[in-house]
Amino acid sequence: MLNLLIILVLVLAVIAVFQLTRVYEYSRSIRNTREEEISHADNKLNAWLMLVWMVAFFIGTIVLYVKYGNYLPPPASEHGVNVDNLMAFNIWIITIAFFLMNGALFIITYKFYYRKDRKARFHLHDNRLEMLWTMIPGVLMAVIIIYGLITWGKMTGPASADALKIEVYSKQFDWTARYSGKDGVFGAANFNMITSDNIFGIITPDRMKVMLDSIDGDISETEAYIEREKALLSDEKIEVLEDQIYRMKRHKQRLMDLDEDQLNGISTWTAGADDVIAKELHLPVGQEVELIFTSRDVLHSAYLPHFRAQMNTVPGVPTRFKMKPTITTEEMRQELKDPAFDYILLCNKVCGATHYNMKMKVIVESPEAYAKWLESQKLFVPVEAPAAEVPATASPDTTASAPASPATAMVVNR
Amino acid sequence: MAHAHDTHHDGHAHHHKESWISKYVFSQDHKMISKQFLVTAIFMGVIAVTLSVLFRLQLGWNGQSFGILNALLGDRWAPNGVLSSNAYLALVTIHGTIMVFFVLTGGLSGTFANLLIPLQIGARDMASGFLNMLSYWFFFTSSVIMVASLFVETGAASGGWTIYPPLSALPDAMPGSGLGMTLWLISMVIFVASSLLAGLNYIVTIINLRTKGMKMTRLPLTVWALFVTAILGVLSFPVLVSCVVLLLMDRGFGTAFYLSDIYIGGQPLDVTGGSPLLFQHLFWFLGHPEVYIVLLPALGISSEIISTNARKPIFGYKAMVGSILAIGFLSFIVWGHHMYVTGMNPFLGSVFVFTTLLIAIPSAVKAFNYITTLYQGNIRMTPGMLFSIGLVSTFVTGGLTGIILADSALDVNVHDTYFVVAHFHIVMGMSAIFGMLAGVYHWFPKMYGRMMNTKLGFAHFWLTLVCGFGVFFPMHFVGMAGSPRRYYAYTEFPFLQWVEDLQPIISTFAIVGGLAQLLFLFNFFHSIWFGQKAPANPWGSNTLEWTTPVKPGHGNWPGALPEVHRWAYDYSNPEHEEDFVPQTVPLKAGEHAH
Repeated sequence: MLNLLIILVLVLAVIAVFQLTRVYEYSRSIRNTREEEISHADNKLNAWLMLVWMVAFFIGTIVLYVKYGNYLPPPASEHGVNVDNLMAFNIWIITIAFFLMNGALFIITYKFYYRKDRKARFHLHDNRLEMLWTMIPGVLMAVIIIYGLITWGKMTGPASADALKIEVYSKQFDWTARYSGKDGVFGAANFNMITSDNIFGIITPDRMKVMLDSIDGDISETEAYIEREKALLSDEKIEVLEDQIYRMKRHKQRLMDLDEDQLNGISTWTAGADDVIAKELHLPVGQEVELIFTSRDVLHSAYLPHFRAQMNTVPGVPTRFKMKPTITTEEMRQELKDPAFDYILLCNKVCGATHYNMKMKVIVESPEAYAKWLESQKLFVPVEAPAAEVPATASPDTTASAPASPATAMVVNR
Repeated sequence: MAHAHDTHHDGHAHHHKESWISKYVFSQDHKMISKQFLVTAIFMGVIAVTLSVLFRLQLGWNGQSFGILNALLGDRWAPNGVLSSNAYLALVTIHGTIMVFFVLTGGLSGTFANLLIPLQIGARDMASGFLNMLSYWFFFTSSVIMVASLFVETGAASGGWTIYPPLSALPDAMPGSGLGMTLWLISMVIFVASSLLAGLNYIVTIINLRTKGMKMTRLPLTVWALFVTAILGVLSFPVLVSCVVLLLMDRGFGTAFYLSDIYIGGQPLDVTGGSPLLFQHLFWFLGHPEVYIVLLPALGISSEIISTNARKPIFGYKAMVGSILAIGFLSFIVWGHHMYVTGMNPFLGSVFVFTTLLIAIPSAVKAFNYITTLYQGNIRMTPGMLFSIGLVSTFVTGGLTGIILADSALDVNVHDTYFVVAHFHIVMGMSAIFGMLAGVYHWFPKMYGRMMNTKLGFAHFWLTLVCGFGVFFPMHFVGMAGSPRRYYAYTEFPFLQWVEDLQPIISTFAIVGGLAQLLFLFNFFHSIWFGQKAPANPWGSNTLEWTTPVKPGHGNWPGALPEVHRWAYDYSNPEHEEDFVPQTVPLKAGEHAH
């Protein structure tokens, strides 16, 4: 009904405009006026509208500055302060330029609207003037570039040696953090090792064995299936299955190509055992952190507006951002008088249907609270568990609910 | 080329009877091709604006049911009148694609390069009428494919108009990366073919077919702008083709140019060694010059219209030409500023900061020269003039925020937020649209031999200006507060709620601004048939196109080609009685050429 009404209104509006135009055209032909000859009244009206618009535009701009000019809470990171200072400096310059240039444009347009008895000035160029207004933006840009690059230089560059390294891992549509645990070394991880209970694909010798065994099992199962049902299966179906076997063999080969590595005297295949995996990003205040970003599927972007930080996450290419948080969550809550406030990491690179909902809570706390939190977290390989029972993939309850390994998943999907 | 001259120099424009098909459909007359481009672009523009109004409904009033969404998009994309998040992304993507490529590249350059290059340099037609015709039909085909992609079952491409892989490479990643994406890529390859055929033709025509006396230094700024635009297109669009073809191969042939270490749909993909960032480098190597491919013709058009209607020579002609060349050159070495937060080497980032901010200098020179041209002028407020003045305002306002985005340290915090959306919609979107509309109002009499209604033009301009800024200006603040672009809703983020008040205001302006375009559509189509008959030179303009008959036939000038004796901007020259001196008027004894 509402639709019909809207359509009706639109149709009527078009008819009204059409009729008005006809009336206008008749009157024009009676008065014998031409479209291209803009009457004095029209020139004057539009000139005045330029002024009216200018005033409205400027007032609107000022209202927006006053109401929304404090765009974010104070920066919660060390470099964020520099970024905000640079931003304030740039905003001052562009705001002044905005008012001057738009003001000049609209006032000049108003002042020099067409009068029959006047002739425009035949003014071709003025080298001094042109030199001046090439120099002014030139000098301004030089200042902006230098100031900007100094700030940029400070916030980029390699992290210091004692920076706390944290991996931030993205996938459609959530974030996960990984802490290296007591040994200070991240366990090796590879996308071929990913299972539903190992989203990072951390490699441990046990998991590797389970993974290979499971693929082998799937391969022989599929081969047996083909052998058994050969007579009943269509050629295409067999082709599909053989393709699956090929993929599984490739998967196995890629796993076997992975080499164990040494870092700080620790094997990267054992280092993963004490890694901590968390759905919240905890950061100790006053400690430089180096966030290392990876993605397993598409591009995402880790955007931390309160820290003035952002970095894309790229499958296959780890990216980094270092920063030093300076204000704890608790302090910020008091500052903003908002007990519910939390820092947030949000996805800022379109990544699919629920991109708009892909986030992770960030908590900045005292080093003591941070240490306590880390202590309370489960390790990737629980210490008390006997090694043989580690792979959850083997337990029947998990396989029943969700395909645990890619290899079984393929068979299930068949 | 020689052939074109031979057939036309006898002075009989209508020496052979053209069939309806060869005159209106497969025409090789640049003027008809120009109209074909314009009408196609208007059609595409209506689609793109409609899409934007539809997704603004969701952004302004999240989750509210709108009958019109359901009526237009159906139960699949807008169940119960609420846009689905997948459909939202598809609308955003296709809106951007159509606007950037089909309206502002194909439409703007296609219309005005075709119309103005031969007419303003004094040529019978383009160097190759046949290639010119092909260029339009490639454009038409790619438009049809792009529009058709809106109707496929899995939805149109949805990864944003920049279609970054792996999202666009993996049909498993989102429904829009299925058939919709394939059609997008195919459409784009055909589009680029169109663009290259057109661009080469423009360049050859401008270099070779200028009439006697039309030195490069006497070219109107429109032709200069279209010339540099064509060069930018010819140099950068092939890179987009390779970029797109590699993506097609990653999608269809199992290659891994852009893919590595990917686990999706429950299994690891057998691809390693590619880099998604390679795509971004290739894409933006086109993508940034593309911004100027969109903007420069608009700047050229407005220079011409402002000078004509201020009755005053364009101020600093040489500086204007120099700025166009400088901007064109610099546009090739700034693409990395789209990639500051991709993990690119910070030193490389610094280089791009430097080159990008350099563009501010020629841009500022242009803005100052526009304002000085108006100063002490005698300004006639024609609709074309109003849109040109509006363009100066949007160019300045949107250009200034570019200074913040160019600064890598600042970009980190506003990258991919509404601040960026505000910036490029004002500096590139509004400016280019204003330039295009200004051009249509100004050259309508040349295209159709009739005048457009001025009063409707006034209303159209003021509504468009107010609504345009009403939509995009508040977005700066939405973005600085941290609102990412391409979000379907902001409900999950309490810290953004305080700027959400602005969303319904923005959407209201968008709806009113969209409806205001009906005034233009009505005026345009009504005037084609019922407009007042145009005189030969309605605006008292100096350039050659106004020396043709009101409705020039194929070949443009019935007699010999006009000869040029002076530059295009002798307005209010004190040595002459009239306030304009057409380029064909010989210099008086003792008069200096400029």
